[in-house]
Amino acid sequence: MSQFLWLIPALPLLGATINLLIGRRLPRAVSCWLAVAAMAAAFGAAVGAFLELLALPSDAQVIHQTLYQWVTVGKFSVDVGFWLDPLSAIMILVVTLVGTLIHIYAVGYMEHETDYARFFTQMNLFAFMMLMLVLADNYLLMFLGWEGVGLCSYLLIGFYYNRDNTAVGTDEKFLSPRSSGTKAFVVTRIGDFGFTLGIILMFWTFGSLSFGEVFHGAETMFQIGAPIITIMTLLMFLGATGKSAQLPLFVWLPDAMAGPTPVSALIHAATMVTAGVYMIGRSHVLYELAPATMAVVAVVGVLTAFIAATIALTQRDLKRVLAYSTVSQLGYMMLAMGIGAFSAGIFHLMTHAFFKALLFLSAGAVMHAMNDMVDMRRLGGLRKILPITFWTFLIGALALAGFPLFSGFFSKDEILSSAFTSGNVALWVVGVVTALLTAFYIFRAVSLTFGGKPRWKVGEVVTVQGAVASELDAHAAKGLHPHEAKWVMTLPLILLALGALFAGFLGMPAVLGENRLARFLEPVFQHETPHVSAELEWLLIGISAAAALVGIFIALRFYRGDAKTPARLAAYYPSLYKLLLNKYWIDQIYDALIARPGRWLANAFWLELDGKIINGIADGLGNAFRGFGNSLRSLQTGYMRGYALAMLIGVVVVIALLVMR
Amino acid sequence: MLTVTHFTVLSAILFSLGALAVLIRRNPLIMFMGIELMLNAVNLAFVAFSRFMENMDGQVFVFIVLTVAAAEVAVGLALVVAIFRARDNVDMDEIDLLKG
Repeated sequence: MSQFLWLIPALPLLGATINLLIGRRLPRAVSCWLAVAAMAAAFGAAVGAFLELLALPSDAQVIHQTLYQWVTVGKFSVDVGFWLDPLSAIMILVVTLVGTLIHIYAVGYMEHETDYARFFTQMNLFAFMMLMLVLADNYLLMFLGWEGVGLCSYLLIGFYYNRDNTAVGTDEKFLSPRSSGTKAFVVTRIGDFGFTLGIILMFWTFGSLSFGEVFHGAETMFQIGAPIITIMTLLMFLGATGKSAQLPLFVWLPDAMAGPTPVSALIHAATMVTAGVYMIGRSHVLYELAPATMAVVAVVGVLTAFIAATIALTQRDLKRVLAYSTVSQLGYMMLAMGIGAFSAGIFHLMTHAFFKALLFLSAGAVMHAMNDMVDMRRLGGLRKILPITFWTFLIGALALAGFPLFSGFFSKDEILSSAFTSGNVALWVVGVVTALLTAFYIFRAVSLTFGGKPRWKVGEVVTVQGAVASELDAHAAKGLHPHEAKWVMTLPLILLALGALFAGFLGMPAVLGENRLARFLEPVFQHETPHVSAELEWLLIGISAAAALVGIFIALRFYRGDAKTPARLAAYYPSLYKLLLNKYWIDQIYDALIARPGRWLANAFWLELDGKIINGIADGLGNAFRGFGNSLRSLQTGYMRGYALAMLIGVVVVIALLVMR
Repeated sequence: MLTVTHFTVLSAILFSLGALAVLIRRNPLIMFMGIELMLNAVNLAFVAFSRFMENMDGQVFVFIVLTVAAAEVAVGLALVVAIFRARDNVDMDEIDLLKG
């Protein structure tokens, strides 16, 4: 099996290639299930590799396979090679398992879509790139995957490229899918710029980019706090803030919801956005040498978690609540990385992949039933109509809120208690407050979507604002007739719900059981569990649980019935409410500070530098030669005898010169 | 006694007459005659030098010039016919398409 590690990314690539070349000519079912089969086969290969890894002794748990030499220029040499250790094993299992389930779901979700081959090509290509990212054995190959998933993200956000607005049945106006894709690409590009510089600096320092040589070099050549390592890790962290949607670059992720919901679940919740977290975990040797960077990571993480959670409190679009929740949870993972609790961060990454994919897919099932309407002001009362979706969403919400014994509870609690024991109580306090906010906003979403009375009518036609009836497809024109989806959509929901329920038992706190995940990751992180007394641990668990329960309780009380309390609160603190509803005006601030000056500068360069100076040089050269030619053209009289005379005179002159010399 | 100078002078006179014909006549046929005259003036010089220097190289050259002249006339007359068909006119001063 160790010789077949390459199969894991190659299978989705094969699926993508087939769908790309002949997908449009294949019957819909063949094309869709081919993509699913490619993912399932990759999952099988990943399980095989994982089992083989488990069989190895724990001090040598690495499977390393070099396929071929990729680039060789002088001393610079990069291989295409795969590196399977416990960390990448967890990542490939999560990516392929969640990916397979989401692919199955997408078969049902995209059943009315005519461009299914393009969708599944890009989804499989994404899986390939993501697996390259996590399996790479050097930073350049990782960067290839890193950029590849960014490309697929861009393509899939803009999947509905011919739509201008995706907000159905509401007066809100969101960025069009095209612009959202571009925004995601450009914003993450800022981060990637930092990552690129970090990689260049790394090569300059260590003369290599392979994980083994870089980490060995870092451990032997540098002391803790070495400035060059600090700069390198900060640059790499800039890349992580772009990809993993952290402050200040998180603005692209909410707009990425313009893509189809399976895309939101797979790329913008479960896998791609965790790439930054994975990258930091992978480079933990470097980060541990740079305490200053670690502090930055932790502070950025916890601030992101808090700010995104506050924005999520007021959003009306169900998918956007989940998007801000993703940003917030990624902040938790960054916090874990920043305080050195790497395995806790990876644990949260894993549980989050299950429950956030579950939440998104459940939201997708709601959209499927409600003709793509996701504005929570227009939903309500879906509990009886969509029982399976209700229960799976509820399980996801409980896991996200950190309800005791659900998966999110264990992972979030591990991060929070690590934050507490790391000695920085401020981080812990913000984390706990954020946990309370998290529980509140997700149960606000549960109440508004599934609870209460319907705020819609059967048969009502809901459209994007301004859409003409003739533009509606046949399905939407019939109006609302919500019904539970078919098994292809509910089965992945149920399986993911099981994951969201039970994945947490892999990493229980010491007082309750055993942290199997941390032990499994020990060869990578050399994790030393700080010894805490059982009383303190119980206390921390109790506080986390209390925060979750209080948040859930407040949300359920607030949004029972006609939800007067939140409206009164909003009226009582109008400026605060507006601040949160408008996402701290961050988009507007960026627009004013960066986008508009950038556009102005680009226009200036275009019109002044390009249009006048560079164009002027080119035109001037042309005009000069044309003028020169014009002044010479009168020599060409067209009289042949004139030319003959000129020739004759020339010959006579030449001969005369020769003779008289 | 004829010397090589006589031949050279005659050759020069013939060459000049040919060149004059090319320069002052507008009829292409006359111009061709002028060209032939120039070529044959050169031939005369070649033959004369060959005779007086007792070297056959000059006579070999004459044969080459004769061949080239025949080919040149064939191509030239074909051009004249083609131009006449296209424009109904072979006045060399009217043919000035490439005038700047």
